Amino acid sequence: MSANSTVAGPHDYLRSQQRWNSLEIVFWLATLLPFVLAPDYLSLASQIAITALFALSLDLILGYAGIVSLGHAAFFGFGAYAAGILAKHGWGEPITGLLFAGVAAGLLGYLMSFVIARFRHLALIMITLGFGFLLLELANSMGWLTGGADGLQGVRMWPLLGFFKFDLWGVTAYWYSLIVMFALFLVSRRLINSPFGLSLCGIRENAIRMRAIGAASRWHVQKIYTISAAMAGVAGALLTQTTETVSLGVLDFQRSADILVILILGGAGRLYGGLIGAIIFMVARDQFSGINPQYWYFPIGILLVAVVLFLPNGILGGMAQVARSERWRRWTGRLVPWRR
Amino acid sequence: MTAPALSTQGLNRRFGSLVVANDIGITLPQGARYALIGPNGAGKTTLINLITGMLRPDAGIIRLGGDDITALEPEQRVRRGLVRTFQINSLFPHLSPLEAVTMAVCERQGVAQTWLKPLTAYKDAIDEAYSILESLTLAPVCYRITRELAYGQQRLLEIALALATRPKVLLLDEPAAGVPREDSAELFAAVANLSQDITVLFIEHDIDFVFRFASRIIVMVDGRILVEGTPEEIAADARVREVYLGGGRHG
Repeated sequence: MSANSTVAGPHDYLRSQQRWNSLEIVFWLATLLPFVLAPDYLSLASQIAITALFALSLDLILGYAGIVSLGHAAFFGFGAYAAGILAKHGWGEPITGLLFAGVAAGLLGYLMSFVIARFRHLALIMITLGFGFLLLELANSMGWLTGGADGLQGVRMWPLLGFFKFDLWGVTAYWYSLIVMFALFLVSRRLINSPFGLSLCGIRENAIRMRAIGAASRWHVQKIYTISAAMAGVAGALLTQTTETVSLGVLDFQRSADILVILILGGAGRLYGGLIGAIIFMVARDQFSGINPQYWYFPIGILLVAVVLFLPNGILGGMAQVARSERWRRWTGRLVPWRR
Repeated sequence: MTAPALSTQGLNRRFGSLVVANDIGITLPQGARYALIGPNGAGKTTLINLITGMLRPDAGIIRLGGDDITALEPEQRVRRGLVRTFQINSLFPHLSPLEAVTMAVCERQGVAQTWLKPLTAYKDAIDEAYSILESLTLAPVCYRITRELAYGQQRLLEIALALATRPKVLLLDEPAAGVPREDSAELFAAVANLSQDITVLFIEHDIDFVFRFASRIIVMVDGRILVEGTPEEIAADARVREVYLGGGRHG
């Protein structure tokens, strides 16, 4: 990205693209702050971590491979129900439950990917939307399995690692969600920085040219869609396990729409966009709904329009633009001489 | 004699009542340099689309090195060594040239499926990409975002992407399209310097270059082949003069 890196060799350039930067480390350290600064808000923090993971899963397909989805809650909900039904029927061990839900959602995503890989743009919006509605109605009608509109009752989780109980204050819930989210973030990061990740960007940038360089685009799309579905399923399972209940809301269109808003707000295709978006959206929702529980979407709407108007690439996109600007370079160059 | 690098036989394609390819039969020997010329709308780009599989022929056979590839998908043809460039830049706007060409190399090597190791671990792919870019004088700009490159540089990147696939047969669709005449020398040099192992069919409107570089010229008019021959034969052909050279470039 940097304009004066022409002197460096190609290996140095690519390595510098992938290196951990100091802001990232600060970000991850900051995720520990709620334990100290806001112990009353750990349940919210845990919800944020789960939403961030869900947004990250959408970022992999939308931000990187350019696959639009308005029905990603399908996989979130499927994972949530998978984990809930497993726990209800006597297996309440969280980590295997998480894996089970991830595999289940991944399988569903794999099946879906055969359809997804054939379409783009508007057609994809329709297909994913329809698929989301389909799954919601299925869950609604299969009350014997899902509890239907009453929600799934009787989900009892065993203590994490046989020792840490899920407490009322959300202490276990937060560090559990945070660790799972961080682990899958690391997986995503590696994925994005690999040859596979580069090819995903190629599909987003120009699908036709990808065919003309002999790329296995269809298989790439199927693969990332499966991975993304599995991650969304894990996020859903985390919600089930930390709240010990599942409602139809996990499959709701509103959830698919919210997660898209969160990703666009934060900045798609930037790995951290979904995480930043989740923090802002969830905190804003918490605060606004405290002020006015009925109309809290009003300020969210204003926020969204403002971001799209002034920061078309999301909050992180705007920040990256500032960081690239000449004035900022000069300014930070004086402060931190090692940053070239 | 080995099989021709590329041949077509009886290719037909129509859009409604408009015949865009009419019984096209061409044969390119190994290592050949053939030019495809003809007035606008003659069906030159359509022929490239048919050969590379981006369009399906209504009838006819396409052979690559003797194998029938008529039923293959475009990307399968590329993996067998049949590669094209585009008349209108078809690049990856937000990737740098180095990333784009490395990606093409990785796809060719089959490592684009893998994500256990970071891209930087595939040093030979990166080196190969860099040397391709260097050979096309793109090394100084290979870290910039493609969208920000000068137009002529983007045209060179078109060729770089094709070369990264290690083509056996390369179809160049107006490599210097849109480049001002005085700047086109670099592009023509790039085409002229292509390895002799690569069989090249190119569409070009710059007649000087066509006559200097092509060993044979195919002239297309209205979806069919009017005549094929050496530059001398084409220059002397009355019909060609009439429909193409005499009638002006846009006739």
